[in-house]
Amino acid sequence: MEDRELIPHLFRTEYRKIVSVLCRKFGLAEMEVAEDIASETFLTATQTWGVEGTPVNPTAWLYSVARNKASNLLRRHQLFEEKIRPQLENEVNATDELEIDLTEKHVDDSQLQMMFALCHPLVSQEAQVGLCLRILCGFGIEEIADAFLTSKETINKRLLRARDKLREENIKVVFPESQEIEHRLERVLTTIYLLFNEGYYSITKDQILRKDLCLEAIRLCTMLVENKLTDTPPVNALLSLMCFHASRFDARFSESGEVILYNQQDTSLWNADWIAKGGYFLHRAGRGGKISTYHLEAGIAYWNTQRDDTPEKWERILEFYDKLLDIKYTPVAALNRTYALSKAKGNDLAIPAAEKLNLTDNFFYFSLLGELYIERDAEMASRYFEQALSLAKTSTDKNSIQKRLNTLYN
Amino acid sequence: MDEYLIIMRLDLITKDRQPSPEQMQAYMKQYQEWVADIVAKNKFIGGKGLSTEGKVIKSGHVITDGPFAEIKESIAGYIMVHASSFDDAVSLANACPILNGPGNSVEVRKVVSVHNM
Repeated sequence: MEDRELIPHLFRTEYRKIVSVLCRKFGLAEMEVAEDIASETFLTATQTWGVEGTPVNPTAWLYSVARNKASNLLRRHQLFEEKIRPQLENEVNATDELEIDLTEKHVDDSQLQMMFALCHPLVSQEAQVGLCLRILCGFGIEEIADAFLTSKETINKRLLRARDKLREENIKVVFPESQEIEHRLERVLTTIYLLFNEGYYSITKDQILRKDLCLEAIRLCTMLVENKLTDTPPVNALLSLMCFHASRFDARFSESGEVILYNQQDTSLWNADWIAKGGYFLHRAGRGGKISTYHLEAGIAYWNTQRDDTPEKWERILEFYDKLLDIKYTPVAALNRTYALSKAKGNDLAIPAAEKLNLTDNFFYFSLLGELYIERDAEMASRYFEQALSLAKTSTDKNSIQKRLNTLYN
Repeated sequence: MDEYLIIMRLDLITKDRQPSPEQMQAYMKQYQEWVADIVAKNKFIGGKGLSTEGKVIKSGHVITDGPFAEIKESIAGYIMVHASSFDDAVSLANACPILNGPGNSVEVRKVVSVHNM
């Protein structure tokens, strides 16, 4: 573990564990208390490790400090006197209940339960991704603000409102009833997918790929797969699709941080392990017979891991996009479908289909048209690329388009 | 050489001042470098960070929560150093990274011990 990343890494992994376990114990109404304890633990670490150096087992050190803080709090807080003590006296030996259980199984369960609680349908979707980023992924407020292209104040307000909602509605950190799980999972999966996309297509920094966000999304989904209650086909399909995308992490950027388009990527940098994982989960997703949009996207992602431009590849991809668009139209899917159409059936069919889309506020639309016209009419192609350039916002996107333009001029 | 106590005070109350994980990492590194510098000068005796919760006992044996509930400048930690003079101690303290944060401060006190000759 690079020393430079020690605290951020630990924050990412341990903050949420501590918060989840404490929320489960104290209840979501005390989420802020739980977060305070976790934050203070890290602050203490910063000071102490700064002066004395890093401990041999940083995680154990953090848990020990967090446990002590929480026990202290329990002992002296009104909460304990009024609510917990009467219950404890009826149930277990009081000293046992003062223990904060940070064993692996308990931590894993608490996090899953926390995921469901945070993704409760009563909380706004917008707030949910932020809340998950904060609590489950340990992201700082500034990072979240960056990810959403907004300010710290806005994020704080959003999180505050979400926490208030959780408190008002008295939402508990528990597993939903088994008949509820499928429905509740939908929200959770949407949030995880949003998280992944945020990392993969981040429009906020010059570097498109935020590997951390993607890996967090994959980690959360893996937790779901590892628990019998939540190991359902759509969950496996989503995990499969994210693995396939992740396989190209290392090939998507040059040393200087420039985006490398799919066709120019060095396939030796495509990670075979991730592809294999994707295949494994895709296979598992096939049990059960029901197809979700994640299944379709995973199918497309699978074919994208096969570089060769075989007719079969593009025909299957086209089929998948057609089915996706049947279920729900999105501009992105429509554009991608048109590209697949051009590869499977040629530009003569694809160009009119593209023009019909008329997504004139979307720079991808013009990029696509540019691509389709390259062979037919270089002049038109370059005009389309120029339009794309004017609509593109980030320098990474602008650079990609510029590169295409440059190849045309040569 | 005499012993001096360098006390670091941090504004722990204002929530805005909560640093991000990356900032915490940077602070930790800065502390470590600062201490290493003093060690290299052969002047470092020891030091500790302090946990954020605490208690204050006032006269009359009244025990209250604190200090963070009561004052903004809570003692975050301390180090002890050897220095040839007060000025020398102050110059060591002046390099403390806590001073990069607004609202923080460092106090330098000379240790007067029965063991000092």
